[in-house]
Amino acid sequence: MENITALEEQFQARIDADERIEPKDWMPDAYRKTLIRQISQHAHSEIVGMLPEGNWITRAPNLRRKVALLAKVQDEAGHGLYLYSACETLGIDRDELLDQLHTGKAKYSSIFNYPTLTWADIGAIGWLVDGAAIMNQVPLCRASYGPYARAMVRVCKEESFHQRQGYEIMLTLSRGTEEQKAMAQDAFNRWWWPSLMMFGPSDKDSKHTAQSMAWRIKRFTNDELRQRFVDVTVPQAEFLGLTVPDDQLSWDEERGHYDFGPIDWDEFWRVVKGDGPCNRQRLRARRKAHEEGAWVREAAMAYAEKRRQRAEAAQSEVA
Amino acid sequence: MNSWPLWEVFIRSKNGLSHKHVGSLHAADAEMAMENARDVYTRRNEGVSIWVVESRHITASSPNQSEALFEPANDKVYRHPTFYDVPDEIKHM
Repeated sequence: MENITALEEQFQARIDADERIEPKDWMPDAYRKTLIRQISQHAHSEIVGMLPEGNWITRAPNLRRKVALLAKVQDEAGHGLYLYSACETLGIDRDELLDQLHTGKAKYSSIFNYPTLTWADIGAIGWLVDGAAIMNQVPLCRASYGPYARAMVRVCKEESFHQRQGYEIMLTLSRGTEEQKAMAQDAFNRWWWPSLMMFGPSDKDSKHTAQSMAWRIKRFTNDELRQRFVDVTVPQAEFLGLTVPDDQLSWDEERGHYDFGPIDWDEFWRVVKGDGPCNRQRLRARRKAHEEGAWVREAAMAYAEKRRQRAEAAQSEVA
Repeated sequence: MNSWPLWEVFIRSKNGLSHKHVGSLHAADAEMAMENARDVYTRRNEGVSIWVVESRHITASSPNQSEALFEPANDKVYRHPTFYDVPDEIKHM
């Protein structure tokens, strides 16, 4: 018992000295579990996040928009793969991770349980959802666990194009016809609050924040990041000529920040617990893709085995 | 069903530099690992050459061995140029 305490103290001392923890280093079980939960949730979010946008690939308004959206969705697949790999270094395997997603044991970001009703939603997602994700992810590049931090560096490098292509879509629509502008405003109205919810529960209700900050997995609290997001996004909305759907929004000269209205936490928990507009549809789509891909995974293994045997036979003939 | 083995991916970002570890992925064999590595790790011209190595073939030192492996070098300051005193008027050394 004393031994464990000493190890934990040494571990915390390394964290406090801003050292990085690598896969084979000793780490407390709770640290490992927290990372598996967070990294896998993050990976699942990238994978499920392809679904709402994939919905619009075939209906993108022109080729420029279509190649951009395709590249963005492909990036998200890539981000999911970087993160699954990082998670596997903690001693859990890919099949188990996927199982946890498919059985609903692991969560993914609730934002992807909202539907993409019009083309403007693709703009709003890139601008707001990717914008909020970047706000969350940039500090994760300095997370204490090496493989996670390195994966996040790659993700952040690629994410910036996602946000810019979204904003460009919003800009085009908001400078277009009355109808297009209304479409942009409607998408903004629907995505604004769920985007603010992406930062997670308020600090006073967040059960993981204090420990994650002590372990330097997180560097800022949910409320700090949410405030920063509001502060940078409001002027971007003003430039578009769109109205933030919050009648309590106002600049607080003294704080140097925007004050904003209360978040509907009942809605947040309802969607987290499975009752958002698209939860069942998203999980069904993931399970279906996995099950219908089973033959591909098996065929690849069979083909690899056949090639191995052929190579062996050719070798023995030569010998 | 047995799942695809794990591969480690190394990329040379440009000629003149070494290959560097960038991450890992699953694939049925080396050729498919190479194809996956291309799609996962080089979507933006990150490399001119890829190595893939099945993870089980890598032997890694353990953090427990750190002392035995790396400490002997700590007290060998005489392996560094600054250990030797050379007068200031001596140039190009």
